Amino acid sequence: MKLLKSLLAATAVAAMCIAVPAQAETKRIALVVKALGIGFFEAAAKGAEEAAKELGDVEIIYTGPTDTTAEGQIEVINALIAQKVDAIAVSANDQDALVPALKKAMQRGITVISWDSGVAADGRQLHLNPSSNALIGNMIIKLAADHLPDGGDVAVLSASATATNQNTWIEEMNKVKDNYPGINVVATVYGDDLADKSYREAQGLMQSYPDLKAIIAPTSVGIVAAAQAVSDAEKAGQVNVTGLGLPSEMAGHIDSGASKSFAIWNPIDLGYSATMLAYNLAAGNAEAKPGAEIPMGRMGSLTLNDNNEGAMADPFVYDSSNIDDFKDIF
Amino acid sequence: MTLSFLKSRELVLGVAILALLLAIASRFPAFIEPANLAKVFNDTAPLIILALGQMAVILTRCIDLSVAANLALTGMVVAMLNTLYPGLPIPVILMVSILLGAVMGLANGLLVWKLDIPPIVVTLGTMTVYRGIIFLISDGAWINAHEMSESFKAFPRAVFLGLPVLSWIAIVAVTGFAVLIGRTALGRAFYAVGGNPHAAVYTGINVGQTQCAAFVLSGALAGLTGYLWVARYAVAYVDIAGGFELEVVAACVIGGISIAGGIGSVGGALLGALFLGIVKNALPVINISPFWQLAISGSAIIVAVAFNATSTRSKGRVILKKAEHAQ
Repeated sequence: MKLLKSLLAATAVAAMCIAVPAQAETKRIALVVKALGIGFFEAAAKGAEEAAKELGDVEIIYTGPTDTTAEGQIEVINALIAQKVDAIAVSANDQDALVPALKKAMQRGITVISWDSGVAADGRQLHLNPSSNALIGNMIIKLAADHLPDGGDVAVLSASATATNQNTWIEEMNKVKDNYPGINVVATVYGDDLADKSYREAQGLMQSYPDLKAIIAPTSVGIVAAAQAVSDAEKAGQVNVTGLGLPSEMAGHIDSGASKSFAIWNPIDLGYSATMLAYNLAAGNAEAKPGAEIPMGRMGSLTLNDNNEGAMADPFVYDSSNIDDFKDIF
Repeated sequence: MTLSFLKSRELVLGVAILALLLAIASRFPAFIEPANLAKVFNDTAPLIILALGQMAVILTRCIDLSVAANLALTGMVVAMLNTLYPGLPIPVILMVSILLGAVMGLANGLLVWKLDIPPIVVTLGTMTVYRGIIFLISDGAWINAHEMSESFKAFPRAVFLGLPVLSWIAIVAVTGFAVLIGRTALGRAFYAVGGNPHAAVYTGINVGQTQCAAFVLSGALAGLTGYLWVARYAVAYVDIAGGFELEVVAACVIGGISIAGGIGSVGGALLGALFLGIVKNALPVINISPFWQLAISGSAIIVAVAFNATSTRSKGRVILKKAEHAQ
């Protein structure tokens, strides 16, 4: 706790130092993350700096607690209110616990948005989702189809049969699969997010469907285990493992050829977009209301739904051309 | 004589496994091809190795719930060692994993022996502690395939005389255990301590020490499996082998090792593990709903235990035949 306090104080002092020489009209935007020291968020901060450079009159305050707790984030937010920042963009550790602190910020005229991990509707002006279920569902089958010009059998390796997000993505995928003629989804199996069970299920798929061309695993444990099973069966190049995964975890399997490409949101784009949105709201260029279209620089614009939420873009595709740039980031 | 042989646990299990294989073959013939059976055996090897250690512990009337956590912690430590010193030779990695596993087993054993805490409580506690330590040393981060050296990953898959090294290690462990249990004083002491601790004391066996030895053995095997597991799946993170301890206990129970201690055989543990391994490998290929899969695995365990209860009920330790008839 003592360490946390001193860190907070240090952050605050550092923020002041940056703020003092700045001109009066400079917008100070605080990027509050779940915890400091996580590669994903460090990358998001890079994106935020990129946006700040593009906008010119923006200072980014990258901050967060030392561990992923809501209490830590509340302290950080209170410190930011005291500093009178112009905007707070937060990836929340708890969707309800932060609401009172963020409400207080909004009452003081601070623009508040959430990104990545959302806050309940009355604690923020808008929420930026990295992607949407429909976009993800489409992307996972597109990844498989892109490498199968002549079509073929593909199978889905999910986490547990009751995982809500997995089932939603698979449902969305099935809605659009007719747009990819020749691609047959032959089975959906469940690896329960256990490396050994996922591995076994992937082996089972290759045995049951000798003509299998791709395994789609929209789960980070499953995709790694399936890629290993394909390598061990010496079917790299024959069966393509794809889906959602993290570059650091998949780098080896991209190298081995077991996976040609996979997708996940790009944290740099996410930090960039969150900063653009916070800037446009704080500067009065746009208003967060259902149906609004808020510009976010090179990422296009965000369309808000009835709940003031919007989806940034398609998940970002990683393959052998860009994996090395990202594998050390997250 | 023939009748008692027919009643033997191993034979019944062997027949059950054959019946199971035939049933699977009727739906998916390729399953019983020798190459596939070798693959199933290889996949079951970690379970076999752990079941052997668990068997020694259960024989002494204890239980070791920390095996999967021990496996995961050892796996993480050797994976981290490998990323820091990629040149470290495999024998050193093997020694570190066995030693580290044995130390964790020793912690369990000493708590049971010196402080006389019930083993289920001790190992439930250490299970959580070991998982927690993995989080502390790794910060929750994964060690991934590209961070491990090629030789580290290749060892368990290297093929020797037609079988992967992983399978050979299981075979060596089974043979070693058969000798240990059947031919050494320690092996006999396991049975004596579990069968009748009071009598064991009178024959000069130190009950606590024997139990501690069983825990060290189980821990060492769990540590060894930790390296093999991490190398085989080419990934190490906090939750690997989550819940695997229950599968290990289930393999022992199916194999006819009595939870009350003192009864069981190496063959039983081997067959129990194989039975579970075959079920786990067959379910994905015979196209059964995942919801049924859980129910089927569970039912197999209950049937085995029910069978256990009926087949061992009559085998009381009757010392005075007359007294029994007089009742």
